[in-house]
Amino acid sequence: MHATVQLAYIVATVLFIFALHWMNTPATARKAVFAGVAGMTIAIAVTWAQPGVVHHGWIVLAIIAGFAVGIPLSLVPLTAVPQRTALSHAFGGLAAGLVGTAKYYLWLSEAPENLTAFRMVAIILEILLGYLTFTGSLMAAGKLQEVKWIPQRPVTYPLQNVSNLALFVIALALGLALTLHPTAAWAPMVFPVVIALALAFGVLLIIPIGGADMPTVIAILNAYAGLAAVAMGFVLDNKLLITAGALDGSSGLILAIIMCKAMNRSFANVLFGAFGQVAKAQASGEQKVYKSETVEGAAQVLEQANLVVIVPGYGMAVAQAQHKVRELYDQLKKRGITVKFAIHPVAGRMPGHMNVLLAEANIPYTDLVEMDEINSDMPQCDVALVVGANDVVNPAARTDKTSPIYGMPIIAADKARTVFAIKRSKSPGFAGIDNELYFSDRTWMLFGDAKNVIGELVKQLAGGSTH
Amino acid sequence: MPQRLTPWLAAFLWLGSAAVAAAQDAPTTPGHAAGANDFWSLLFVFILASFIGLGVIRRVSRLLHTPLMSITNAISAIAVVGSIIVTGSDYPTTIRIMGAIALFASMTNIVSGFLITDRMLKMFKTDDKRGDGGKS
Repeated sequence: MHATVQLAYIVATVLFIFALHWMNTPATARKAVFAGVAGMTIAIAVTWAQPGVVHHGWIVLAIIAGFAVGIPLSLVPLTAVPQRTALSHAFGGLAAGLVGTAKYYLWLSEAPENLTAFRMVAIILEILLGYLTFTGSLMAAGKLQEVKWIPQRPVTYPLQNVSNLALFVIALALGLALTLHPTAAWAPMVFPVVIALALAFGVLLIIPIGGADMPTVIAILNAYAGLAAVAMGFVLDNKLLITAGALDGSSGLILAIIMCKAMNRSFANVLFGAFGQVAKAQASGEQKVYKSETVEGAAQVLEQANLVVIVPGYGMAVAQAQHKVRELYDQLKKRGITVKFAIHPVAGRMPGHMNVLLAEANIPYTDLVEMDEINSDMPQCDVALVVGANDVVNPAARTDKTSPIYGMPIIAADKARTVFAIKRSKSPGFAGIDNELYFSDRTWMLFGDAKNVIGELVKQLAGGSTH
Repeated sequence: MPQRLTPWLAAFLWLGSAAVAAAQDAPTTPGHAAGANDFWSLLFVFILASFIGLGVIRRVSRLLHTPLMSITNAISAIAVVGSIIVTGSDYPTTIRIMGAIALFASMTNIVSGFLITDRMLKMFKTDDKRGDGGKS
């Protein structure tokens, strides 16, 4: 049996690696899901068939409950994918934390000789990472879902970082004490304290984080959830858990690094910087004047263009405007105009958010272009249409050393011959920073809800083509 | 860049010190309790798997970062394996309840993770194939 189990685990590992390998292009990506499901099914079946597993009722119940909750969660609208992802990190963290807790108390009462120093370190790591990912991800999901009693804006208070750090150090110190004396009389009482501290730390870590930083934070939580699974593998002496967890952890790490680079910030700065606060102070500058344009005028300019670049941002997701954007895309394409989408890595609320929304609207992925590739084409671009994006097109990132986004790579919308920016109101963007692009000579504003404005543009273009 | 690696380095160092502690702790007679040898082979697996992960994931198309996150999430719900053992073994009831909740949480991630990944990937089409699924 032992050999069968190990062999099956190796097969599952290989299938998981292939799954991730096939994600490197959309053409093979659906095979990835198949490989993943196959690997998972093998792993579950073999584990369940082990002779040590004697009670089946609860397993069946838990699996049925998992399907009952999992299926609806997979059917959420794509604009809600960031919060679904955060929620699933929370579930992953919870599972790791609970298994670690269960194993500790089991060994403590039945086989204390198993609580070696190494196992204890793994258990402590597992519960710290697991529980802090659990509450941290729940907070992130709440912020993304805009749950009422969770503040959207970053919450900061004096000595925030110091007190958070102190909390974490206490948790680590208690963890160390438990590692050295896992079976001491006080140990079963201290263990829940470590859990409580980890739960509290997760909440406190996410409270100061604003919406614009969510892509990075989700990626970091992803890495933590993976590492928690790795720690569980160390606890249970299970190599499959370690490999699968390491794959997830490295994925989270890479995404987080990409997000950080795209904002020119460090991990530490995202987690401890409270971006929104700095920015708020900047917002009250001198009053500048916008030039606004009518939909009719914008439609005429669009009709004359050869190359139109659409820059989508979170505002497009909020307004659910992606389907209208597709209609506009079709109208322009019909006239032989080249239309490209410029995708900034941190546009939206999670890595790749804009790509999924535009793919949902049936826009071919070959027209979704990364920032680095599109920027060299921007001087040839006749019209840049900014739909609900703000900070990612703000030229202050290049020029203004005092700006909180200084140094962040941006989409060079300001290099286009004409810029139309659709904006719901005259207030500054999520980071609270005034956008110089809107005051440029070449920029005209289209005020209104993104969905309505683009709908009007489509009507104008469709009407124009009939005569 | 080194700053970004700090949390990983910290975790690594902690594991390293654990190794030393475990080595001192290990029984000199061969027993079935986990000793230093297990630790080293597990650490080996972890490091190698991390490098494979970094290598494979660096090449994932940026278009697919959202589905990548949901599929890795489903894969890391492999915690289901540990949960099944804890739930199904002949352990005290409280322990098994914790296992069952963990099993439920992992199963939810597996089901929703793979389903939503597939749902998203179905939407990625090239120009010549996009005639069918459009909504308008």
